[in-house]
Amino acid sequence: MHAAKHTLSPSLPAEPRLAGDLAIWIFILAELLAFGLFFAAYAFARAHDPALFAPEQEALNRNAGAINTALLLTASYFVVRAVHAAEAGRGRQGARWLLAALGCAGGFVVIKLAEYVAAFNAGISLSSSTFHMFYLSLTFFHFMHVLLGMVILGALWLNARRGRYGPRDMNGIESGAAYWHMVDLVWLVLFPLVYVIR
Amino acid sequence: MSPASPAIADRRSTLLWLALLAATALTWAIGEGHASGPAIAALLLAVAMAKGTVVVLDFMALARAPLLWRIVLLGWLALVCALIGLAYWKGMP
Repeated sequence: MHAAKHTLSPSLPAEPRLAGDLAIWIFILAELLAFGLFFAAYAFARAHDPALFAPEQEALNRNAGAINTALLLTASYFVVRAVHAAEAGRGRQGARWLLAALGCAGGFVVIKLAEYVAAFNAGISLSSSTFHMFYLSLTFFHFMHVLLGMVILGALWLNARRGRYGPRDMNGIESGAAYWHMVDLVWLVLFPLVYVIR
Repeated sequence: MSPASPAIADRRSTLLWLALLAATALTWAIGEGHASGPAIAALLLAVAMAKGTVVVLDFMALARAPLLWRIVLLGWLALVCALIGLAYWKGMP
C-alpha cells in the first residue's frame, strides 16, 4: 500500500463546519425550544376537546396560510442564493437576492396583518376561545420573529451592497441566513398544525 | 465548505425550493379537501418533517456541519412532530 499518499488530495471533502456564528446558533436553539413548547401546548390543549377546535380551525383562511408558507420558503431560497453568490465572490450581486427576500417577507407581513384585521372584524380576540387564544398568540409570536428577521435581512442587504461579503467574510451573512431559515422552519410546522390538522 | 461548483449548488437549491412549494400545495389541498383523521394527520406531519429536513440540511447548510448539530436540529423536528402526533392520538374519540 502506498501509505499517506492520498492525504493532500484536493478532492477530499471540506472539514465539517457550522455555517454562521456559534452565538446565533445558540440563540436559534433557544428559539426552537420556545416554539417547540408552544406547539406541544397547543397540540395537547386541542386533544382535550378536538370537536371544539375543529370548526374554528376550519374557518381559518388556508389560502392565506399557504401563500404565506410559499413566501417564507421563497425568501429562504433567495437568502440561499445570496449566500452562494457571496461564496462565489459575487457578494454585491447577492444584495439583489437579499432585497428580493425582503420583498417576500414584506408580503408575509401584509397577508398576516390582513388575516388579523379580518379576525378582529369577526369579533375574534384572545379571550373568544381556547383555539383563538392559541391561534393569535402563536402566530403573533412567530410574526414578531418575521419582523426581527426582516431587520436582519435589511442589515445584510446594506452590507452586501457595500461589498462586505465574500469567500473570506461569510460569517455575517451566514449567521443572518441561519436566523431567517429558523423563522421559515418553525412556520413549516405551524402551518399544518394550526391551519390543517384536524 | 465549498460545493463542487456554485452553479451546481444553485441548481440543487432551486430544485429543492420547487419541491418545497409542491409539498406546500399538497398540504393546502388536503386542508381545502376538508380531509381529517389519523392517516391524514400522519401524512401532514410526514410532509412537514420532509420539508423541515430540507431546510435544515440544505438551506441551513447543516449537511456540511458537525454531526451533533444535525442531530440536534433534526431531533427537534422529529420530537415536535412526534409530540403533535401523540397529542392527536390522545385526542381521538
